[in-house]
Amino acid sequence: MAEISTTAGSRVTNIRDDYMALTRRKRLYSGILLAIFVALMVSGFMVADARNAGGFWDGWTNVLDFPRTVIAEASEKIHELPGHLVTFFPALIETINIAAVSTLIGAIGGAILSMLSTRGMARWPRLIPVFRRIMDVMRAIPEIVIALVLIFVLGGGPVPAMIAIAFHTVGALGKLFSEVNENASLKPVEGLSSVGANWSQRMLLGVVPQVAPNYLSYALLRFEINIRASAILGFVGAGGIGYELKNAMSWGQGQYDESAAIFLLLFATIVTFDQVSSYFRDRLTHGRKQEMLA
Amino acid sequence: MLRIEQLTKKFGSNTAVDAATIEVDRPMMIGIIGRSGAGKSTLLRMLNRLTDHTSGSVTFEGRDVTALRGADKRAWQADCAMIFQQFNLVPRMDVVSNVLHGTLNRRSTLATMFNLFPTEDIHRAIDILDRLGIADHAPKRAEALSGGQQQRVAIARALMQDPKIILADEPIASLDPMNAQIVMDALRRIHEEDGRTVIANLHTLDTARRYCDRVIGMLHGRIVFDGRPEQLTTGAARDIYGADASFSEEATSTQLDAVGRASNVATVPA
Repeated sequence: MAEISTTAGSRVTNIRDDYMALTRRKRLYSGILLAIFVALMVSGFMVADARNAGGFWDGWTNVLDFPRTVIAEASEKIHELPGHLVTFFPALIETINIAAVSTLIGAIGGAILSMLSTRGMARWPRLIPVFRRIMDVMRAIPEIVIALVLIFVLGGGPVPAMIAIAFHTVGALGKLFSEVNENASLKPVEGLSSVGANWSQRMLLGVVPQVAPNYLSYALLRFEINIRASAILGFVGAGGIGYELKNAMSWGQGQYDESAAIFLLLFATIVTFDQVSSYFRDRLTHGRKQEMLA
Repeated sequence: MLRIEQLTKKFGSNTAVDAATIEVDRPMMIGIIGRSGAGKSTLLRMLNRLTDHTSGSVTFEGRDVTALRGADKRAWQADCAMIFQQFNLVPRMDVVSNVLHGTLNRRSTLATMFNLFPTEDIHRAIDILDRLGIADHAPKRAEALSGGQQQRVAIARALMQDPKIILADEPIASLDPMNAQIVMDALRRIHEEDGRTVIANLHTLDTARRYCDRVIGMLHGRIVFDGRPEQLTTGAARDIYGADASFSEEATSTQLDAVGRASNVATVPA
């Protein structure tokens, strides 16, 4: 009996030692990795700082100067703030409109492209790589580049911005949608082709009901991103609140109360749409839960 | 020791647990039986505070655990280990790490991030695994183990917590009869050797009769039976399951030795 227990004891000791060796090796590896990571970050920062014209260490104390001036001026002229908010509200509506239209067009285009590039659903299976590359290209070109080119060709205004954002959105949503499509069941599609439905009927009735909640969720997320994008495009002359913000900021000191009003509007918009879209996304998942329980 | 008073849980208009009152005065092994949806799991989850209760109270050693918040609540969860039907291990981490998760309540996030568990804890984890007969699998990933082995890893994680109570939610429902017996024997042995209270949801009557000192029956969220296993007659079982005279235990019995029962309760693989 004693022998048995000692052999059992030595077996456990072996397991302990083996596992401790394993743990020590793992800790060594993570230690080395951490050291490399820190070294890379520090050296990268030093190089970037050395090449910087101004220098991080001299400049970073001034980071808060601009916000401080804006807040100081805005609080000085606080009585003018409601007036500014009313003045810039139409520009905000224009920005939101640009985002909404481009999200809608982008979502429709992305849905079609995603179905054309998903195996098992594609209308022309051989052309799947072509449609995928088209989406890659659309994603790769920054919105601001397209907008600059279009503004040069068409002149400034909301239409170039809308086209630019919609173009990028098609590529971005197409990629996300095709990942949703991968997880959709092809059985309804097969059922519909067995009754002689054509491709668009099969997609509309067999795929869309399955993927619609996820599509909507991604499209709402994209809508938030597009509001910011369309505000930024205003800086390059595409109209909307970004244009007003650029003007307000370039007038410089003494006019920062207008900038403050625009910042407030933008902030309120982002918060509002974040709340609205999370409400709808919640309701979607909640609705699906109820269906599952029933 | 443990007192559950008028504990109620409502999901919308459904009442999952309806005014459950249970008093446990000394460490024992308790089996809770009842149909699916009778509220067994919800009851255990409320004890562990995984689910919040609607009304009523749970008192453990004079402390109202339903009122705990934040760090106090997590400390209570560490004292009240939970074992799940689907084991709920981290599949891609090794067995010993999974067992060491039992000490997370005492560790900081930073120590966890860099995997800095003390050597004594690692040794203790391997000792617990050895006690449950699976020390040889220590360095393997949890997902590489069979269901019965994974459930024993989950029990080891629970023991690592050094808990005052062990709650087991259908611990053997996903296991074959052989592994089910090993797991139930392990739980019984933990109760007998360590003197810990074990509360297990069970879906088979014979398991409850064979391993438990006390059986509680639930139907539609209410406690309809509370007594010693000998008192659990076929008639009582019919009431618990809301069944008619056609109900027969043997029809669904999963016991290996339907003839010679209760002979190998104490013999456990080491």
